[in-house]
Amino acid sequence: MKRYLPFIIVVVAALVTLASGTVLYRAKRPAVLTIPKSALVSGSGDADSMHIRGPASARVTIEEFGDFQCPPCGKLSDPINQLERDYRPRLRVIFRHFPLPNHAHAREAAFASEAAGLQGRFWEMHDLLYREQSVWSNQADVRPLFESYAGMLRLNVDRFKKDMESEQVEEHVASDQKHGAALGVRTTPTVFLNDRALAPINLNPTGLHAAIDAAMKTPPPHT
Amino acid sequence: MSGSRTRVIFYTAAAIISLAGLADATYLTVMALTGETAVCGGSASCFQVLGSAYARIGGIPVAALGALAYFGAFSFAIFAAFGYPRMRMFFAFIVCTMFAMTLWLLYVQAFLLHAFCRYCLFSAAVTFLLAGIVVAIPPSRQTPAS
Repeated sequence: MKRYLPFIIVVVAALVTLASGTVLYRAKRPAVLTIPKSALVSGSGDADSMHIRGPASARVTIEEFGDFQCPPCGKLSDPINQLERDYRPRLRVIFRHFPLPNHAHAREAAFASEAAGLQGRFWEMHDLLYREQSVWSNQADVRPLFESYAGMLRLNVDRFKKDMESEQVEEHVASDQKHGAALGVRTTPTVFLNDRALAPINLNPTGLHAAIDAAMKTPPPHT
Repeated sequence: MSGSRTRVIFYTAAAIISLAGLADATYLTVMALTGETAVCGGSASCFQVLGSAYARIGGIPVAALGALAYFGAFSFAIFAAFGYPRMRMFFAFIVCTMFAMTLWLLYVQAFLLHAFCRYCLFSAAVTFLLAGIVVAIPPSRQTPAS
């Protein structure tokens, strides 16, 4: 018996590892989130107050729930901008706020982008916040930096400061966050392609390209 | 205590320590496969390390290679504890390889990514312990038999 014991121990360890890995994988595998048809952005009404790049008639819509302080969101920002340029006018990009509570300055950054949006420069601030993420993320007080960004974008800084404190801005961010939570969003970036969320493993330029190409071949679900 | 008994204790300890490393590497592999390392808000707060280009070799998660290495170390340690002399050499070889890989990964975290992941640091500690055991095991006087 002793002769076979090491073989038995090794085989048992292998089986236990495989079984526990499989159980863990099933538990960790993200649920497939979908946007109900009633909640899809059509191009009118609610869409006016949203941050959208690309025409309403676009065949494919990317709807991102993002957090300006989240490094993976920052990493995805440029590729999504590039996709929007590559697929224009067949692709529409929507950004929604989902600041995570463990990111100290994420909400303020969302407010800054909204305040810039009130002066018509949301996307410029969006891009700048992601580009400078490593600079402001570690600051104790981000307000002076955000105000300097507003200056760089040639915004009215006094109005920007006031808007950052406004209820309108806070409500917009809260509304996006509530919408995301209702859809089951928990992590950022969560990217919906038309009505279906992409798996986190596909949140890279190659995965996004492949998913968009596949979606282009099928009619959009919201038409 | 005889040298043979000491070796059995060392190899048994090495096998148990390898299991801890195997559990850690399996967890990291699952996180890499589910994509949890590519988002914020999941259980992993190690995006900078686990989501970096250094976390994969040829598309394969480094954690998966680590899991294989720990399983190898565990198996060799078990066989060595049961008196298979050749397995001692294999055990020493795999631990040395893991040690070298660990040094590289620590360098990557400290100097290239400027970020540390606690799961990776745990794995590094496990490998250092295994390397310590390889050094501490008393040399065998008998010639290895096949």
